[in-house]
Amino acid sequence: MGILEVKGVNKRFGGLQALGDVNLSVKENSVHAIIGPNGAGKSTLLNCLVGKLIPDTGSVMFDGQSVLGRAPYEINQMGISRVFQTPEIFGELSVMENMMIPCFAKRDGAFEMNAIGSVLSQKDIIEKAEAMLKDMNMADKRHMNAASLSRGDKRRLEIGMCLSQEPRLLLLDEPTAGMARADTNNTIDLLKQISDERDITIAIIEHDMHVVFSLADRITVLAQGTPLVEDEPQNIRGNPKVREAYLGESG
Amino acid sequence: MLGMNKNDTRMLLLVAALTMLAPFILNPFPTDSGLAQFNAGYPDLMQRFVIFGIFAIGFNILFGLTGYLSFGHAAFLGVGSYSAVWMFKLLAMNVIPAILLSVAMAGIFALLIGYVSLRRSGIYFSILTLAFAQMSFNLAYSVLTPITNGETGLQLNLDDPRILGVSQTADGSIPVTNLFGLEMRSTFEMAVGPWAFQFNAGYYLCALILLAVFYLSIRIFRSPFGLMLKAVKSNQQRMNYTGLNTRPYTLAAFVISGMYAGLAGGLLASMDPLAGAERMQWTASGEVVLMTILGGAGTLIGPVLGAGFIKYFENIFSKINESVLHSWFSILPDGLEDLLVTLVYPFVGKGWHMTLGILFVLVVVFLPGGLVEGGQRIVSWLRSKKSDDKAANGKTEPAE
Repeated sequence: MGILEVKGVNKRFGGLQALGDVNLSVKENSVHAIIGPNGAGKSTLLNCLVGKLIPDTGSVMFDGQSVLGRAPYEINQMGISRVFQTPEIFGELSVMENMMIPCFAKRDGAFEMNAIGSVLSQKDIIEKAEAMLKDMNMADKRHMNAASLSRGDKRRLEIGMCLSQEPRLLLLDEPTAGMARADTNNTIDLLKQISDERDITIAIIEHDMHVVFSLADRITVLAQGTPLVEDEPQNIRGNPKVREAYLGESG
Repeated sequence: MLGMNKNDTRMLLLVAALTMLAPFILNPFPTDSGLAQFNAGYPDLMQRFVIFGIFAIGFNILFGLTGYLSFGHAAFLGVGSYSAVWMFKLLAMNVIPAILLSVAMAGIFALLIGYVSLRRSGIYFSILTLAFAQMSFNLAYSVLTPITNGETGLQLNLDDPRILGVSQTADGSIPVTNLFGLEMRSTFEMAVGPWAFQFNAGYYLCALILLAVFYLSIRIFRSPFGLMLKAVKSNQQRMNYTGLNTRPYTLAAFVISGMYAGLAGGLLASMDPLAGAERMQWTASGEVVLMTILGGAGTLIGPVLGAGFIKYFENIFSKINESVLHSWFSILPDGLEDLLVTLVYPFVGKGWHMTLGILFVLVVVFLPGGLVEGGQRIVSWLRSKKSDDKAANGKTEPAE
């Protein structure tokens, strides 16, 4: 039994079968990559996992509990954090404030009415946020406006924000899309380090084969909304079915 | 001090000094000088300054922090006024129960309207609040006449029960609003040479309440709750995927700002015990939006400045009529005098809205942060000028 179990998931948008009978099992503490050509249904599948979309049929179980029908914030509180393709951070707030918000969410839950006490008196939150900024090598940028960070730093901040919630499953949607090579390599190193040092499962959707083969323990290939194969990276590379569907027949 | 940092303390003290000394500050011109009409230090207007300041501070908690633009906040102001007048009619002329009821009623209304309106965001939210406010206005104007007295407005009568007070005073008139016997209209006049300063009990009550709620808004801005509201404004998607439920946060902000509006409405009625439906009209809702943006949305002191600015214009500029203009330009030759009067006239008197509109456009275009941003620019300009002077005065320091 994996920590995330997707069984028989179908999703249809009008005449388009976006997902057809998807089965997926993500093992605890592994790095699981989902790859596939454009339009294969990778993002639809991800959106079904975090509550943005509800599948027409099938089940999505996280740690033995169904996530279907729950709001995104509830699913997050169950222990699933999501990193977006374009970094979603609080642009108008400082880096430190960005890091404090998930710490509050972890400590106080989905809603807490603390309208009188000062933020600065929350010593445990500040300590935790500062430690995470240090882990992300961003301690010197704590007073900067998050919107003024570089693309790579925004990504680091977003990953750090997700980690400070201590999630059990981290979902990444093309985390290196649009990044320069150096930033991509930094992100790969960061994710490797996270997966080695922390008690965390990572599921990653990625286009960049370099990223996928450097990180993943297991790969699922989606094509036209259906999983084609699920195997270890070295077997995926040589699989003729995958070559045909994804890497291109001549590739 | 009081759990605030230095800057916030300084700002609170500044507002305290401004409000407490307002009778002096707003009356800079001797009573019989030609400029006396620019004096704003009379009780009625000073009360309006602080009451609408409270209204705008509350509006800013919703709009400035969460970015949700309500076009219906006047509804809560109106609810507050009606509640207060009913308290004066039924219970007693003391303002405390009236104010408490107006805050509570506005809170309940805000909870209902906010619960529905906050299901949408952006322009749809604004339209929903506008629709609810217009609905409230029309109910007050016609359907609910037994409660609101329709277009005449709700007033006190000689035969009101006032179970804890008297229906009428010994000389057969309607009793006046008071705070445990201190009449709200009682005014102490102080003449210093050619100047006359007025100290009004009602004004000082409003000013003290303004200070209290301004302090509360500072605490809210600096609290974890305030941080969450800023996060809602910045990125709701990230909020949702960070395990935070945005709806109760926005609803709480909506109810708090509705209660501020109710407080302002209750105070209006406490100063002058009548309530009319026009207080709920959309123009009144729009006015508080203007105040907040003009002063600086999202800043602490901006809404107070914006409220003062607009109320000053409304009451002072609107009083400048043609004959006043003629007396100003009377030293000029006749033809020139008439020309100047014709040119200036559309911008004053009944045309004060035009001046306000032009100012509003200028502020939004050149100072998106409102008057507060203007102040900040002046301060930083002065500072850089100061440091330039220092640099010019001898020791040249290497540039950084």
